[in-house]
Amino acid sequence: MFGVLLITLLLTIALVGSNMDVILKQGIVYQVRAEITENTAIAASFSSVAEFESYVQEQIEQRTVALGLDAPWYTPQRLGFTMYKLLILDFGHATFLTSDSGSSNVSDILLEKIPRTVLLFTTATIIISIIGILLGAFSSSKIGSITDRITSMFAIISSSFPVWWVGMLMIFLFAFTYQIFPARATPTLPSTDPGYIGALLYHMTLPLITIVLIGFGSWAYLVRNFMVGTMQEDFITAKKTIGVNKKKIVYKHALKNAAPPIITILALSLSGSLGGAIITEAVFDWPGMGRLYFEAISVMDLPVIIGATYVLTVLFLISIFVADLLYGYFDPRVKTE
Amino acid sequence: MNDILSSDLIKEFTKNKTGLIGVGILLTLVMMSLITAVIIPVETFKQWNNPSNWIEYPKTSMPIWVNYFVTEKIPEHIIIQNPTIISKEGDISVISHQFEVEFLADDFPNGFIYEFTAEYSGSPLLQINVIRPDQNKILLLSTSLPNSETKIVHNERIFSTDDMIRKNIQIQSTELGFYREGIPNEDLIFADNEEKLLKGNYLFLVNLYDVNDNTKIIDSKLILGGKVFGIMGTDELRRDIMIGLLWGTPLALFIGIAVAVGSVMIGLIYGVYAGFKGKKTDDGMMRFNDVIYALPALPFLIILAVTISNSIFLIVGFLMIFSWVGVAKVSRSMTLQIKTKQYVEASKIMGEKNSRIIFKHIIPQLLPYTFASIAISVPAAITTEAGLSFLGLGDPTFPTWGQILHDANTFGAAARGLWWWIVPPGLMIAITGLAFVFIGNALDTIINPKLKR
Repeated sequence: MFGVLLITLLLTIALVGSNMDVILKQGIVYQVRAEITENTAIAASFSSVAEFESYVQEQIEQRTVALGLDAPWYTPQRLGFTMYKLLILDFGHATFLTSDSGSSNVSDILLEKIPRTVLLFTTATIIISIIGILLGAFSSSKIGSITDRITSMFAIISSSFPVWWVGMLMIFLFAFTYQIFPARATPTLPSTDPGYIGALLYHMTLPLITIVLIGFGSWAYLVRNFMVGTMQEDFITAKKTIGVNKKKIVYKHALKNAAPPIITILALSLSGSLGGAIITEAVFDWPGMGRLYFEAISVMDLPVIIGATYVLTVLFLISIFVADLLYGYFDPRVKTE
Repeated sequence: MNDILSSDLIKEFTKNKTGLIGVGILLTLVMMSLITAVIIPVETFKQWNNPSNWIEYPKTSMPIWVNYFVTEKIPEHIIIQNPTIISKEGDISVISHQFEVEFLADDFPNGFIYEFTAEYSGSPLLQINVIRPDQNKILLLSTSLPNSETKIVHNERIFSTDDMIRKNIQIQSTELGFYREGIPNEDLIFADNEEKLLKGNYLFLVNLYDVNDNTKIIDSKLILGGKVFGIMGTDELRRDIMIGLLWGTPLALFIGIAVAVGSVMIGLIYGVYAGFKGKKTDDGMMRFNDVIYALPALPFLIILAVTISNSIFLIVGFLMIFSWVGVAKVSRSMTLQIKTKQYVEASKIMGEKNSRIIFKHIIPQLLPYTFASIAISVPAAITTEAGLSFLGLGDPTFPTWGQILHDANTFGAAARGLWWWIVPPGLMIAITGLAFVFIGNALDTIINPKLKR
């Protein structure tokens, strides 16, 4: 599992590294030129153009070596150094991006953004799963009923809508036509203001509704399908024949037995919600991990990209691990294998 | 696992209603793409990002059919390209182009543009008159074209905001009925003496006078600006959204089907091979599978699109990399079951080649599942590509639906209420996805009869 993490990070560095170096080198050239134009005394102290050019070249080379950019990104020293830094959770400093409070430390930026994404997407995922499980269990107890059909239909239809497009529609409806919610999800208040949390929650409503609306259908459908499987098993039939209350069968016995796959999906979607949020956050302008990731990629800010990938992958791996553990707890047959 | 043969699958499928609806939608979309490819010249979509190609069209105007639902008719955007041509020769030759417009909307037009290309030598005189429904003839413009000793081709656009037109209107304010500062020229021309809109037939006369006979108007068109245009309206960059939607159909189908078929095939062969070989090969291959599975797909797709290339064909490839994993897992476990069946063991003992066993005995068993997964993975591919395009990482040379939505988002269409720019592309994505989901679900219920009950 640790290997997976390392491979993911290596791939990221491999993909972004060379571009990053080019950008950094250009940055150095720009910096040197800017310093000279600002300080006219340096330029005046040269007698010929050639001498001036060689000075500039020298300056550029000096700084390139100082930053370790003279060796390409794939040399063992640089790779090893980057990896070592990552292992001790030192993500270094962002090249371009800063956190809201002005810090360019990648850990600071990440720590600032993660809670916001968790707030929005984890809340949404939990609401979705609760609605989904209840609705799924309900419709599985009445297969073929109107509720069941509507749920299935809704699941199929909602799953083919892109969340971000529905988000645009929601903005159109509730921010333009009926001006109930703001179009941009970033609160305008500074984070120190006492009303900040309230404003954040208010700005959160529209994205939250959108995500829940699109998500719960397919959840209900999945749960229903698992439940239909368990409802056909012998022990349920036996319970039915001895006359156990039907509601009790559905919500207690059947749901418990359908739990393992449901929990796996819940764990995966919880961590998946953090990464899959990139586009949704872009639509609603929600200042979380997804938008940070997108911004980092568009300006090629390598430390931030690596830090974010690291966090996402770690979360994903942890949730796979937790899902495995829970699976064993709910379904003891797995343990013996 | 139930053994279902492909022929049974087709028979069962024809009985499934949602499946047939899906096929119906899909066929409609395919027809649409074919018609698009035949009717709309390929030029238009290559010119999608070229603003000068769209200059004649209005900015962010609603679709034309909006007029059926409103009581106050919104003026249409009218482009007249073939005027009635009358020419007279003599000491002074006259070429007269007459544009007749029946103007019945309830609102003033949004200005007008006269664009022409003339071939002449010397300095001909251009006059534009308009005859209004109340039979008043108003001279709008009288100007000479730039002097030239030799024969030249001259192209010019005359806008209704022209100062000369303003002056002429001011002079003729008695014929017009009223004049006031601050009111645009076109409103003055199209208004009666009570400042209300004058409906009826307007005749725009463009006369080109010259002393010699070798003057020609090669191209001449009058554009009467409106606020509704086309079946789907236009966007901020004056592009006809309908063309974007139509060209998006074959692109979306191509992306969806190519990714689905490609990734399912890779996954199938990978999974079957791993399952069939077993032991260390299986372990190793599944480990690799896990690694790909644990990669965060969307972030990686973004990185790939940014760093390597955003060509549509490469994006199709990138999407394949991340979508074969699930199929590989399932087909591996299915193979593990089939492998233990007696006929497979028998053919192994008979010494058949591994490849033959795989292709003759195992893969045919998995085909129904394969079809279902192809159908189910198409919508994901389409939405993911649309998502990438939406972030502005798509191939800019192809107008995909995601691209249209990206433009809509950058111009703040949602917050400005430009619904015709947002709803149709998303709806097309949803409908296309729905068609495949219907087909996939129908196949799924046939393969897993448990779900049907």
